[in-house]
Amino acid sequence: MIEIDDLCVGYGSQPFLRHLSLQVPQGQFLGILGPNGSGKTTLIRALSGTLRPHSGQIRIAGQNIQQLSAKTRARACATITQKTPRIDGIGVLALVLMGRYPYLGWLGSYGRQDQDQAHEALKWTQALTLAQRSCQTLSGGELQRVILAKALAQDTNLLLLDEAASNLDLARTMDMYNLLQAKNKAGLTIVTVAHDVNLAALYCQRLIFLKNGSIVADGPTREIITAQLLSEIYETPVVVSAHPVTGVPQAHLVPDA
Amino acid sequence: MAVPLSIYGALFWGSFPLPATAVHQALWDMVTQNAETQALIIVRDIRLSRIILAFCTGAALAVSGAVFQGLLRNPLADPFTLGISSGAACAAAVVLGLGLACPLPLAALVGALLAMALVLFLAHLAGGFSRTSLVLGGIVVSTFLGAIIALIKALNEESVTSIVFWIMGSFQGRGFAHLGLMLPYLGLGLCIILVFSRELDLLTVDADQAALVGVNVGQSRVALLLGAGLLTAAAVSVSGIIGFIGLVVPHLIRLIQGPSTRPLIFYSALVGGTLLLWSDVLARTILPQGAELPVGVVTALFGGPVFCLILAKKNTHD
Repeated sequence: MIEIDDLCVGYGSQPFLRHLSLQVPQGQFLGILGPNGSGKTTLIRALSGTLRPHSGQIRIAGQNIQQLSAKTRARACATITQKTPRIDGIGVLALVLMGRYPYLGWLGSYGRQDQDQAHEALKWTQALTLAQRSCQTLSGGELQRVILAKALAQDTNLLLLDEAASNLDLARTMDMYNLLQAKNKAGLTIVTVAHDVNLAALYCQRLIFLKNGSIVADGPTREIITAQLLSEIYETPVVVSAHPVTGVPQAHLVPDA
Repeated sequence: MAVPLSIYGALFWGSFPLPATAVHQALWDMVTQNAETQALIIVRDIRLSRIILAFCTGAALAVSGAVFQGLLRNPLADPFTLGISSGAACAAAVVLGLGLACPLPLAALVGALLAMALVLFLAHLAGGFSRTSLVLGGIVVSTFLGAIIALIKALNEESVTSIVFWIMGSFQGRGFAHLGLMLPYLGLGLCIILVFSRELDLLTVDADQAALVGVNVGQSRVALLLGAGLLTAAAVSVSGIIGFIGLVVPHLIRLIQGPSTRPLIFYSALVGGTLLLWSDVLARTILPQGAELPVGVVTALFGGPVFCLILAKKNTHD
């Protein structure tokens, strides 16, 4: 699904991520973890095509994303960014319909199918009751759900998320990850940046850890989370135990005293 | 509906006294191509041509204002924000000041297009077509051109009056020839804006979000800017600088029907055109003995208070 070959990418003249290679098979739920400033967002931005690589290639479904038109790329891959933009002067439904833009023809208007898809996506994110509201009246969590609906309305095989749960309370976070898991089971490939190791461990099949612009660990969730690895990467003492219900490894911080 | 009525109604107003029956007779003569009477010439060549020209200019200003406001995501943007009008004014000042034998509208059009190209070039130098770089480019260009205009005025005092009068904006003595000059640019600009209206919708919301759903942001910005710039250039070259239509009308329409681009453009054109048409009627009839006010003065006198009302109304809306 995604093939990254010897990727160097960054914001200035010097690339921050250096010589990074990675394969993500179709249908995987992948978590990208790492301390602040490790390059997680940079990687997501490179994958979404908004940041041009210094060198190397990213292929999605066999095609180099830099050679695709913006519209074609948007039909292959939907992205939710870390910073939720300030959005006003537009209705919720109109915002979700933005996700249908890559399917519009020349001079096209949103048709029946686009409307249906937008409503369906709002239903998935439990935001259908917001459809007639104006975006500026929404709370941060509501807006986050609407933006997720927009990305789902884009009807892609790949979804990139950057800290998408950061504005949500516990119940909404679980709702969102449960929805993502259901979509993943139905074939959607998901790559998500996460701060919360434990949350990522609950849902992702595979985790990669970035530090200082390189991949320092990569493997199946149940095998890769160890006390030693996490303590080294995050530079703070961590112990690991099995989740009492699902048995996946969970990390626990240890205070000084 | 109000548009044909306005065009018809405005025919009855003018500095030369002409009774209603004579206007009707002239209209009939025009349709049947009967005789070339004096009334026919007044109604067709002086009044009708000027009415249509005022309508097209108003429509162009309002639509380009709507586009600039959406594109720059700045409610204070108007057709003159990016220095396009300064280009026209500067070219006109050069022609008037140096006494060049060049048609004024043509010079103004070339000046406006050159200024727009310069703004785009500067924005490109400043690292792409972001909102900030476009506005900065616009400010640099208009300030520089403003200095040139001031220089010409200082060096050639005889031309000051005509330069000032041109800059204030007027339709005095304008007719079908001016309409012929502006129409191609008006048509081209409108076509570009309509083709990119969906992109404008998305850019108005947020450029990053638009990019993520597949909008080519840089290309769309340049296209929309060119479209709106052509409209502005077309309007300014025939009429001089007429303020407030491009600022007030899009706000008014947005307040009534919401921010969706296509209806916004459609209604802005109709309302902007009608408004300028009646402003011009006022400008050419309010003073006695055939003297005229610059129409730019009329729109500014009415536009200021109306804009205050819109602001107050908007506040209660939010």
